[in-house]
Amino acid sequence: MGNRTPLFDKHEVLGAKIVDFGGWDMPINYGSQIEEHHAVRADAGVFDVSHMTTVELHGSEVPAFLDRLLANDFSRMTRPGQAMYSAMLREDGGVLDDLIVYDTGEPYLMVMNCATREKDLSWMNQVATDFDCTIRERDDLAILAVQGPNALEKVAATISDVQAKAMSELKLFQGTWTENWFIARTGYTGEKGVEVILPEAEAPAFWDRLLDADVKPIGLGARDTLRLEAGMNLYGSDMDETVTPFESNMANTVFLEGRDFIGADALRKRQSDRQLVGLVIPGKGVLRAHYTVYSNGKEVGEITSGAFSPTLQQGIALARVSETSSSMTVEIRGKHNEVTCVEPPFVRHGKQVYKEKPN
Amino acid sequence: MAEFPKELKYLATHEWAKLEDGVVVVGISDHAQDALGDVVFVELPEVDATCSAGDEVAVVESVKAASDIYAPVSGTVTEVNSNLEDSPELVNESPYVDGWFFKITPDDPSALDDLLSAADYQAVCEEDH
Repeated sequence: MGNRTPLFDKHEVLGAKIVDFGGWDMPINYGSQIEEHHAVRADAGVFDVSHMTTVELHGSEVPAFLDRLLANDFSRMTRPGQAMYSAMLREDGGVLDDLIVYDTGEPYLMVMNCATREKDLSWMNQVATDFDCTIRERDDLAILAVQGPNALEKVAATISDVQAKAMSELKLFQGTWTENWFIARTGYTGEKGVEVILPEAEAPAFWDRLLDADVKPIGLGARDTLRLEAGMNLYGSDMDETVTPFESNMANTVFLEGRDFIGADALRKRQSDRQLVGLVIPGKGVLRAHYTVYSNGKEVGEITSGAFSPTLQQGIALARVSETSSSMTVEIRGKHNEVTCVEPPFVRHGKQVYKEKPN
Repeated sequence: MAEFPKELKYLATHEWAKLEDGVVVVGISDHAQDALGDVVFVELPEVDATCSAGDEVAVVESVKAASDIYAPVSGTVTEVNSNLEDSPELVNESPYVDGWFFKITPDDPSALDDLLSAADYQAVCEEDH
């Protein structure tokens, strides 16, 4: 038996198919992954993401610590509670993890992946020894993500008036503590929505109120196709310690100028022609991770994440390649299939948005 | 709980087969469709193609994985379920009726006797767990 979130019993009652995910027993779907996907694009869905690692950063030198730890520049945050998405790098520029840190003031709040938890905490503790900064894990919190065009209205009806008012004042990518809950306008779907971090004991009742408000429960299967359509990377699939953020379509989260974060020197020196691009297959067929990608008949890389896009009704993928062209193919079961190279995202707010990548 | 109709024969690779007016109808089991999750695409064989028992003759792509479909008997493909091209979800909704894949005219109808019974196939599925 793996770790269980405070909502495990709720998932079982709903008939969820439970799988192991990074040591956690998590719902992969509650019946139909595709129906769950469409529910988020068309209305609202709730994801139990309590398996993710939440930490607080205490001390007088947290901003200096983050400036050293992260490739993104925390000093650029201007609004209270603003969320910053960043890679955390090794000295050689390889990506240790991607995470979100909120500019809440002390203690600062950070959320990162569950599969990398031990590695992350040990790395951060090591870096923190040079600063007045203490890392405290908050494993007493649950996280529910509520996403979809109607998510904000439906959440507002299930929380207190004070919390609803606090939520209504948030801008995109901003979070705030309100009555012991942290509510942030962040997500992993490309839709409107919030991520709510709350005490474990209060999570089951909040979950029930959301379902009563006709918010659909969504498993990790749909979470993966939703994030892929939104062009968002999955750590461990689309990037890992062997690649840099520049090779992972994350250049817009790296601020090198005048900075001395871990990995900055390596990024300045490291030359690479590898890039993470989007692929779509015009015909029938599903693109999947590790399929080989060709450009002008030459092998140029492989798919890192692929799926059938329920919104676009076609195969889409992220692929790391050393070359792009107008003549690209993917090998599926021994046959070359033409694909189009595009710039992610594929879908935003339920609509196709990708454009063919200029060559 | 998955259904295992007694009147069908099965392969350990999760296909079912049924002799109907001298033709073998082939699909995938309820257990298989549940394990695969939503089916998004089915690649069917060509009509008139000949196959031997155990040949990979079709592919089913679900949200989770691509899986080969094996011919349960040797023979000639005489019909494919073209409804699956536009409605692959029939495999999930009706694995034993509307979600059939293809029909084979068998070289030897008695070859069906060599396949698994419902009880034997159910035992195979339970071992998988």
